[in-house]
Amino acid sequence: MSIWEYANPVRFMRTSAVLLPWVSVGAALCLSVGLIWGFFFTPDDYRQGSTVKIIYLHVPSAMMAINIWAMMLVTSLIWVIRRHHVSVLAAKAAAPIGAIMTMIALATGAIWGQPMWGTWWEWDPRLTAFLILFLFYLGYIALWAALENPDTAADLTSIVCLVGSVFAVISRYAINFWNQGLHQGASLSLDAEENVSDVFWQPLVLCIVGFILLFVALLLVRTRTEIRARRLMALKLRERTA
Amino acid sequence: MPDLGSYSVYVLSAYGVSFVLLALIIFTSLRRSAKTLAELSDIEARRDAAREAAKNG
Repeated sequence: MSIWEYANPVRFMRTSAVLLPWVSVGAALCLSVGLIWGFFFTPDDYRQGSTVKIIYLHVPSAMMAINIWAMMLVTSLIWVIRRHHVSVLAAKAAAPIGAIMTMIALATGAIWGQPMWGTWWEWDPRLTAFLILFLFYLGYIALWAALENPDTAADLTSIVCLVGSVFAVISRYAINFWNQGLHQGASLSLDAEENVSDVFWQPLVLCIVGFILLFVALLLVRTRTEIRARRLMALKLRERTA
Repeated sequence: MPDLGSYSVYVLSAYGVSFVLLALIIFTSLRRSAKTLAELSDIEARRDAAREAAKNG
């Protein structure tokens, strides 16, 4: 069996219908347990106080914002190279989810920054790259909405996706590139000294898994909708010309 | 409810904003899915009825 079989819309619809309930239940379970554990049953941090509880939303949403763009890049490249419609429809379906994840990361970061850094916003390399990534998400969505021909829209949005990837990479690695700005290093690291303490780490990992599953569930729902919308458009056109 | 101390407004508003945004994307995704499915079922039913009528002369 090859992965390209899922480029067939019928095959994709059949497989996603089976997967969707399991992924949705998994997302609901992981998010409920992770957030309740983190919010109610973890202590305050000795420096950040209770604001450390924002980590359970900020870190997973920021990770998703960057990785959703990476997923969109891969699926857009598949469209450009192999012209598989399901692939580019998945990228289109993922964009609003990525935009919402970026908004959550920006909002929770600002709310955390005010009491901890003394400012809602700083033109720090990572924060600025993240804001630009958000604008790319909006531009990508707007371009899909503005163009009537779906293949032209797919081609042009794939180019936007390629250019925006620069900012997705910068927002992830800005600290390593410039070693300046207010934003601290990664909360999850293989280096025990850098990694967040165990008491916060366990619910955080559960929240990250929950966010990933929520993304997959929403992506399946939205890609199925895009495939149906494409079929609907074709049937309407046929009805009109008959 | 845990004691959030002087940061309670910040923590609760971060959770509030996040839940609202997550609810928004879940709700809009499901609503559009239901609407598209209903429209597609409708047009397919019309097409099938037309085919049946054509077959029966």
